[in-house]
Formats: sequence, C-alpha cells, structure tokens
Amino acid sequence: MPTNILMPALSPTMEQGKLAKWLKKEGDQIKSGDVIAEIETDKATMEVEAVDEGVLAKILIPDGTENVAVNTPIAVIAADGEDASAAAAAPAPAPVQPKDTGGEKPASVARAEAAAPAPAAEVPASPEIPEGTQMVATTVREALRDAMAEEMRRDGDVFVMGEEVAEYQGAYKVTQGLLQEFGSRRVVDTPITEHGFAGLGVGAAFAGLKPIVEFMTFNFSMQAIDQIVNSAAKTLYMSGGQMGCPIVFRGPNGAAARVAAQHSQDFAAWYSHIPGLKVVSPYTAADAKGLLKAAIRDPNPVVFLENEILYGQSFDVPVVDDFIVPIGKARVHRTGKDVTLISYSIGMTYAIKAAAELEKEGIDAEVIDLRTLRPMDTDTIIRSIMKTGRCVTIDEGYRQCGMGAEIAARIMEGAFDYLDAPVMRVTGKDVPMPYAANLEKLALPSVAEVVEAAKATLYR
Amino acid sequence: MAATRTSARPNASKTTGKSKGSNIIEFTAEQELEAYRMMLLIRRFEEKSGQMYGMGLIGGFCHLYIGQEAVVTGVQMSSKDGDAIITGYRDHGHMLACGMDPKGVMAELTGRRGGLSKGKGGSMHMFSKEKHFYGGHGIVGAQVSLGTGLAFANAYRGNDNVSFTYFGDGAANQGQVYESFNMAQLWKLPVIYIIENNRYAMGTAVNRASAQQDFSKRGISFNIPGEQVDGMDVRAVKRAADHAIAWCREGNGPYILEMQTYRYRGHSMSDPAKYRTKEEVQRMRDEHDPIEQVRSRILASNFASEDDLKQIDAGVRAIVAEAAEFATNDPEPDPSELWTDVLV
Repeated sequence: MPTNILMPALSPTMEQGKLAKWLKKEGDQIKSGDVIAEIETDKATMEVEAVDEGVLAKILIPDGTENVAVNTPIAVIAADGEDASAAAAAPAPAPVQPKDTGGEKPASVARAEAAAPAPAAEVPASPEIPEGTQMVATTVREALRDAMAEEMRRDGDVFVMGEEVAEYQGAYKVTQGLLQEFGSRRVVDTPITEHGFAGLGVGAAFAGLKPIVEFMTFNFSMQAIDQIVNSAAKTLYMSGGQMGCPIVFRGPNGAAARVAAQHSQDFAAWYSHIPGLKVVSPYTAADAKGLLKAAIRDPNPVVFLENEILYGQSFDVPVVDDFIVPIGKARVHRTGKDVTLISYSIGMTYAIKAAAELEKEGIDAEVIDLRTLRPMDTDTIIRSIMKTGRCVTIDEGYRQCGMGAEIAARIMEGAFDYLDAPVMRVTGKDVPMPYAANLEKLALPSVAEVVEAAKATLYR
Repeated sequence: MAATRTSARPNASKTTGKSKGSNIIEFTAEQELEAYRMMLLIRRFEEKSGQMYGMGLIGGFCHLYIGQEAVVTGVQMSSKDGDAIITGYRDHGHMLACGMDPKGVMAELTGRRGGLSKGKGGSMHMFSKEKHFYGGHGIVGAQVSLGTGLAFANAYRGNDNVSFTYFGDGAANQGQVYESFNMAQLWKLPVIYIIENNRYAMGTAVNRASAQQDFSKRGISFNIPGEQVDGMDVRAVKRAADHAIAWCREGNGPYILEMQTYRYRGHSMSDPAKYRTKEEVQRMRDEHDPIEQVRSRILASNFASEDDLKQIDAGVRAIVAEAAEFATNDPEPDPSELWTDVLV
C-alpha cells in the first residue's frame, strides 16, 4: 500500500505553508530520516524528514507551491517492490485551501479560522490616518518589526534584547532582519534568564537607554514580574519624579493553540492593575505598528501585549513616514446603535464576527477596540453606552477581576442611568487552559457566546 | 598606590578566596582624614536616625549602616565621577558617601517635602541622577540585576564607567544574582559586585543560610574572579576596589569583592538581635571598629592632633544636627503630591 506524505504542521498555530523545495525526486530511494523537502512558513524554513521508507513514487505538490494546507498529501511513497504506477493512482491531493481540508479540523485550524482577519476594507480608518493615504497589506508580525526598525534607525539608544531575538531571528520571527541591520550590539540574544534580563533592561533604562525587552511569551514574564512591577513601574514615584524608566516589555500574550495551561494566559488584567505602567494590546497591524512606535518613544514603562495567532494576519497599514498611534485612545471599529461590544487584541475577532451575525438578526452592534488597556479610554466607552445603553465585553482572560469586570465597573460609575440592561461579560472560562482540542475550544470565548450575550442585553 | 597589575592579576583559581587584609596600602594624611570624616559623618548620621526613629519621627523600616562605614567609604575613594552606584535597603551610608545632601536624606527618612524623593520613597528608596546613585531598592537582590543593567548601559555607550553593585550576604542567595553573574561575564560588563557580608541576613547567620560561605567564590561557575576583603579596614577596601576597578575599566568584565564587615545594630530598628551575643558585638566594636582604626593611625602618624579630630567631629555633628532640624521642621508633602510622578 503506498503511503501519503502529508504537509506537516511546524508550530502550534501553523495552518499552511510554502513547499519551497524538493530535495528528492521521483524514483529516489527514501530512508527514514532522509531530508526530503524544505517548507517555509512566515516564521521559518524547516526541513521535512521522511518517516516511511520506500521509493518516492510521486510528488503531488511541486516546488514553489504557496499556501499548502497542513495535512495535505504532498507526495506518495511506495514500499519496495510496489508498483510506482499504482502509487501514482493514489487519491488526488486535497485542494490547498485550508478551509477545504475536510473532516475534523484540528483545533488549531479551527481556531485560526475563527481569528481570520476581517477584509481590510472592513477596518474603518483610524482617526490617526489621513483620508486618501496609500495603504499596504502588512502582517502584524511585519508591522511590529517595522516599528522597531524605524525607531532603532531614529534613536541610537533603542535596542532590543531577549531570547532568540538575534541569530534565530525571533522565536516568532518578529525581530526578523534586525540583527542584520543593527548588529549584535543593539540586537542582543540573552540566555534563558527572564528575571535577570528584565532587571538588566530596567537598569539600562534607569541609565537612559530605551530597551525593548522581548519575552518569548508573556507566560515567562511571571519569572520577571517583580522587576516589571517593583522596579520599572514604581521607581519614578519613589524617586519623586527623578528616575524614569523608558522601557518596553513586549511579546505574545494569551492563548496560542494547544499549548495548555502554563503557556495560555492573558496577562492584560495583571499588568493593568499596576500604577506606573502603560498597557497596550493592539488588534490590527496598523495599530500594532503605530502603538509600538509610540510605546518605544514613551518615557514610561510600557507592557505591550501581542498575540501569536494574530502575528500572521494581514491588515492595511498606512504608507506614511512615522506613523504613530497615540497610547490611551480606543478605536470605534464599527459603528452601531443597539449594543456596544468592547474588546481588544484577539478578542476583537469574536466581536467582529458576532457583530456580523447580529446584523443578520437586525441588531446593529457598535464594536470598540480598546487598543490601550491602561490608561483606559473611558470616554469612548461611556459615549458609546450613552448611545446604545447595552454592553458586552469580550476577552480571553479569566473572569474574576478581569478586563470585563473593570469595564463593567467603569460603565456603572459613568453611565449607570444610560444602561438598559446589565453589562454582560464573555471571558475565558475560570479554569486552567486544557490541552484537549474540544476542551480548549470550550475554555475560550466563542462567537456564539458573544451573540447570545448581546441578545440577552436586548432581552431577545 | 594601586595594586600592581602583574602581581595581582585576578584569576578565578588563584585570587578567589585570597586571604583578607593582604597587601594593605598606606594612606596619605589627606586620605586618612578624608576617610575619617566620611565614616564619622555616616556614623553620626545613622545614630541620629536611630534616635529620631525612637522619637517617632521616622516610620516604617529603617536599616542602619553603623559598623559597615569603611566599605562604601573605601570604594568611593577609588571611584571617579560617572561611575554608577546601586544598593539595597541599607542605603543611607551609600548616599552620604556619594555626596548626596544629608538634609535631603534625613528629610526623606522623616517623609517631608524636602526629602530627596519628595517624601514619597522613604529610607529604602532614594536616587540621584546627578550623583549617579540609582537607589535604594527594597526587594532583596533586585538591585543586582539592575546594577548589571547600569553596566550594560556603560558598555553600550562605550565609556569607561563602572557599576558598583552592592548587596548583602542574604541577597547573595537570590537566583537573579546568578542570572546577572552569567550575563555580566558573558558580555564582559564593567560591574563590581560588592557583597557586604555582615554575617547576618536579618536574623539568620551566614552558616545557617549559605552552603558556600566564602562569597568571593560565588562567581566561580561563571569564571568571575573574586576576593575577600577586610571590610572593617578602609585601606584594604580601597586597595581591593582600585584593583577591581582597573580590571573592569580594562574591559575584563565583572569582579566580585566580598567585604567582610559587621553591623552593630539590628537588621532594622525593630530587631532585638537575639540571634547573637552582646559580647560578639562588643568584641567587633572594640577590636575592629573602622573609625577607631583610622583615628588611632592618624594620631600615631601625627597626621592630626586630638584637637583637629575634635574639630572634625564638631563639624560632622553640626551637619547632622542641621539635617535633623531640617527634617523635623520641613512640612509634609502637599496632598496634591499623591498624584504626581506616577507617569512622566
């Protein structure tokens, strides 16, 4: 029986990749462990090793094919003595579109689809973008890299440090190319030593440098949280205004896919709790770029919470010199009159889809992207509630003392008389993130939950 | 005056664990008098702080430096303008030795608006950009990573400033100390780790907390050279500091100085010091007091007369009295200060 070689998933969030190069040709003998092909994702180029032995009977996906979905058959191996022509008659490869992989999708694929970017046209222009500005499709990953590169060109005191930021080009490839442009003095690979390098970064910031400290994920920032909270955030106050700390702590935050409890946590509420910090968590690539540039220039410590699942998604980014999005301003992503959906970062993907669902039922939802969590743009929230009288918050964090709780309290304080229904919260479930695909899905918010909550505020 | 390079080239295997007090350099009259005056200022200032704490003028935690004066004094005598200093919560002496205004320090202890942090930091949290004093940190060991970062900034800028990063024998058991050692040596950062071993981490004697009690050896896994120094003899401190500074400024990376010292008072003002005997404290005072050592040498060498020293003493007392008076009468911060300095 011939064996299909399938397009492998190279990371928890990969759904497709480019079959860059075949290193074996049809008819070649294959041994287990042979490198047979190279695959490129937006993060990395990886070698594919054969697991099965036999003759490479047929290549189903040729060199250079883009967007090959995970689990698509890419070649057929025939066992020794097997008729290669029989192998060639193996079932036709599945089409390369990820949505057509058919059957039970792994959770990572399903999740990534839920997070599919809204077409650029649906993202209303930010007030920061002048009308008629040329836009270019950019991934969040590239936008973050461009922001760092631009600020490093502008200011010699800006440097980036963290695990795998230099030679490896970034664990998630956010720092790709920075080492080549700026050299190892300004793009610094650290040992695996979060507590130490966070403190080292804060010390360098006290001395006037402007470090960008990358955490491979914010889960690891818990090793360093003392330096972020006790040293970075409080020293300006404790010094009577003398000793500022111009530093950015950035990296992916929140759940990725199938990485379980210790690697799936939203730290938005944790850091938002702390006076002396600014906390930013963008959704679109334009906001990621404009806000990261603002964060690097900010004289205060900024915690910049990214999201791994959003890294590969494309949005329109304005082609302007020095595009800055001010910290502390929310963005009305969609205007509506019936109910306000408030979210940030990947939570926006649920909010946007829910708004589309609600529209089908005649409910006109306004969607607010907070973008900055501290200081929170309460004015924009209150203005919207005064119009709609109803609100659903959406975030992936835990429910107790979460961002939703904070937003609800602010609405109660600032717009109690305008509320026509209690504020509803859609949050991550109050459990450590499970590994099993079905449980993981249940632990996260869903579009259906947002729709249901929105309808509940309308008593429907 | 500085240790000669050939004989004392640090080397992890050779120098580490070197016996204390070797290679003492003789001070000139000016140096002896400078050391005497500074140590006396710290001693009198701290005595006054203790007194004012007892009067209820100083609140919270207050950790006195009495007994350890030779450490920071000797190191500062070796430093140059631009070198960075950072320490933990037992920081009053470091601030005075950096030349920070005693009135500002004392007013911070009393929580007044003229305090160096406008009354918002207190005993453990004072800073001076002008004097390159980076605190004053209340989390044990945190200053070690921060001080390594100060050295990183100096290396980044390519200047020849060094970072004096002070911590105690207690902090030496914190994990981030070793994370810092690793990076400092990996990147050859100009940082001198000054471990003030005063024998007790709060109430825990060194032998009850530390598997390796020779702190100069704590850098061996990272190939950081270290040296044990008689931290009660300001000349030994200065000699060791000269040597470590030269090592750092030449680009050789970090250096560890274990200063063997002793605090006469409790860990903080609320410490009854039941973990050691009165006799032990008295013996240190009688036989090793850093100020008495300098005083007897000055008199023996005829660098100054008893009367000259009395004059110095009177001058120091006047400074301390002025600081105490200022700190007592200066108003508390304006209530509006509650909301300032949270963000730039």
